[in-house]
Amino acid sequence: MAIELKMPALSPTMEEGSLAKWFVKEGDEVSSGDILAEIETDKATMEFEAVDEGVISKILIAEGTDDVPVGTVIAEMTGEDEDADSAPSPAPKADKEPEPTEAQEKPPEIMREAPAAPISRAEDPSIPEGTNMVSITVREALRDAMAEEMRKDENVFIMGEEVAEYQGAYKVTQGLLDEFGAKRVIDTPITEHGFAGIGAGAAMGGLNPVIEFMTFNFAMQAIDHIINSAAKTNYMSGGQMRCPIVFRGPNGAASRVGAQHSQNYGPWYASVPGLIVIAPYDAADAKGLLKAAIQSPDPVVFLENELLYGRSFEIPEIDDYTLPIGKARIMREGNDVTIVSYSIGVGLALEAADNLAGEGIDAEVIDLRTLRPLDSEAVLRSLAKTNRMVVAEEGWPTCSIASEIAALCMEHGFDDLDAPIMRVTNEDVPLPYAANLEKAALIDSDRIIEAVKKVCYK
Amino acid sequence: MVKTPSKSVTKKAAPKRKAAAKPKQASKKAVSTGGLKTPIYKADKSEMMDFYKEMLLIRRFEEKAGQLYGLGLIGGFCHLYIGQEAVVTGLQSAIAPGKDSVITGYRDHGHMLACGIHPNIVMAELTGRASGISKGKGGSMHMFSVEHGFYGGHGIVGAQVALGTGLAFAHKYKEDGGVCLAYFGDGASNQGQVYESFNMAELWQLPVIYVIENNQYAMGTSVNRSSAEDQLYRRGESFRIPGMQVDGMDVLAVRGAVEEALKDVRSGGGPVLMELKTYRYRGHSMSDPAKYRSRDEVQDVREKSDPIERLKAMLVKEGVKEEELKALDKQVRKTVSEAADFAEESPEPELPELYTDVLVEQY
Repeated sequence: MAIELKMPALSPTMEEGSLAKWFVKEGDEVSSGDILAEIETDKATMEFEAVDEGVISKILIAEGTDDVPVGTVIAEMTGEDEDADSAPSPAPKADKEPEPTEAQEKPPEIMREAPAAPISRAEDPSIPEGTNMVSITVREALRDAMAEEMRKDENVFIMGEEVAEYQGAYKVTQGLLDEFGAKRVIDTPITEHGFAGIGAGAAMGGLNPVIEFMTFNFAMQAIDHIINSAAKTNYMSGGQMRCPIVFRGPNGAASRVGAQHSQNYGPWYASVPGLIVIAPYDAADAKGLLKAAIQSPDPVVFLENELLYGRSFEIPEIDDYTLPIGKARIMREGNDVTIVSYSIGVGLALEAADNLAGEGIDAEVIDLRTLRPLDSEAVLRSLAKTNRMVVAEEGWPTCSIASEIAALCMEHGFDDLDAPIMRVTNEDVPLPYAANLEKAALIDSDRIIEAVKKVCYK
Repeated sequence: MVKTPSKSVTKKAAPKRKAAAKPKQASKKAVSTGGLKTPIYKADKSEMMDFYKEMLLIRRFEEKAGQLYGLGLIGGFCHLYIGQEAVVTGLQSAIAPGKDSVITGYRDHGHMLACGIHPNIVMAELTGRASGISKGKGGSMHMFSVEHGFYGGHGIVGAQVALGTGLAFAHKYKEDGGVCLAYFGDGASNQGQVYESFNMAELWQLPVIYVIENNQYAMGTSVNRSSAEDQLYRRGESFRIPGMQVDGMDVLAVRGAVEEALKDVRSGGGPVLMELKTYRYRGHSMSDPAKYRSRDEVQDVREKSDPIERLKAMLVKEGVKEEELKALDKQVRKTVSEAADFAEESPEPELPELYTDVLVEQY
């Protein structure tokens, strides 16, 4: 029986890819290790090798085909010693995941699919009516933001691991080296503490660095410079020495990477006076807020989300599209309950709200966008309108942004509350690896729906 | 000029990546300097008088700060620079104000005075007053003056090394010809980020002089109890950073050595590491019980190697009259006592100042 060759996954989060090229044709004899085809995603290319020996009997997916789902049978081959009647071949091994090329790299694709932008989404009031909208990924939006600011200001540069020649571990800096050269797009050694300090020093010396952490998990090695050097300098110097720097990179749980690579640092940094902390959800906010972050004279921690990088959103075609820091946004208007969230949680909140609408509950969804300074007015205004609140956060519950919002509403919105505020977060455990445990640990829209029903007494 | 790596590097025939010319075999004499020369600076009388005055100002200022601490006018941690005056005086007399940058750790009063910052506003910061250089919000360990090229004043041991490397990065990026003097102590020289910084500074050929002020004790732990390689000038060897060891109690030796270092760094040679052997007479901070060394040890250094007395003897030899030196001392004492009065009489910051300068902008 024929051995099925299946579309391989380049990473744990990849769902589909392009079959760029076949290196074999039907009838070719192949042996283990021969390169059969080239597979591509928007961020990586991989050669697909034969594991078994035999003859390629059928090519089922032509080269140049895009969006081939992982696991699709792309070709068949006959095993060396097999005839047509032989027993079923063992499961082909060719679709085994490739080893990541580097220990710290986890090429991202979407797996834990956040919902497609729902129809009920509120218009962004900051976008003039009639503005042309284009669809781009969050990854492209971030890149465009950096490129635009670098074109405007010679003092803006980007530094980090694999940002230049590799084009970014997550391809966020793709193309920047070509346009701006090695002086302004700088590969560092793997040395977070050191380059975060060099970045902070360069900012004190009058430059505007954008420091990329491959993930914020690695920024713990550098947290002293983010907090003690960057955040406190302006205050300690009585306002005469500034540190205009952006620390950016993916934050929060990715997919199946275990406890040390899956953590939301939003609440950590948001507790520090002297820092700006931004955590955008969609592409337009990613672009508009990253531009604002680079322009800001204050140090900014800019928390991206790996699982959102590949998602496309509509973004307004506006020159120099910059958003105000510290302003939340109503993503969906509603009257019965407010769901407050940020980053990837916003997608889950919108999904929950759409489902709840079917059950007669009209939820308002607020995207905080900036975690520090927090737009408390927007939160309290919505609470005054709906009188009920759920905070949805992809992160731990203890000392979370959700806890902060609950305290804020207790102190300043107590009379508006018709029910206790509920926090919907990840479970209070280090993130496990096993697929079922990981799923059980992470926030999802079902949990948000359940909490909303509770606060609505339904 | 050609930099010669120190002996052990040369032996392994590891050519410096950046050096176009062949590294010379280090002469026996040059071993302790890592191949760079450390000539004694030939100062004329008026320069020597300037050095003397500067060192005296730092000494008297620190003595006064110690007194004010004793009176409860200065709080928290207060690290005095007494004994180490020749280091900043020699080094900072050689740099170009308005072009070069200086950064150090928490023992920073001397560096500020040597940057030309007025003693009044430094002392007023120590007493936590509104007229202090950081409006009373920084304190002894956190003072800055961008105007004078002084970038702190950092309280976390070793942080200033990475930050100073960043300042050097900015000099190179802006092509402003500046060099950063990044000071740190023998204690900080064991921090990991120092070596992360060394690596990138050499890799990118940044204009930085790493200055290890080896005062022999990291708080209460002596160098040989904390450092596997206690010849600290060699700490850059595996990064191919040339090191030089200098008598940090001799201001002319310090000035002579830094001129060589500056020449090398300014010509695009990348970082240089200077180890300045020095000694602090006082405790690590004002609250140091000083049980880790003997009184005799301190007394011995004071008697034999005091940087101010040493220069004074040379000045007398040069024919400077005792009265002239006394007059100078009187003038310095007056300056310091005015600074103390200013610091004592200035009001504390207004309460609304609590909330200013957290962020530059309103959001």
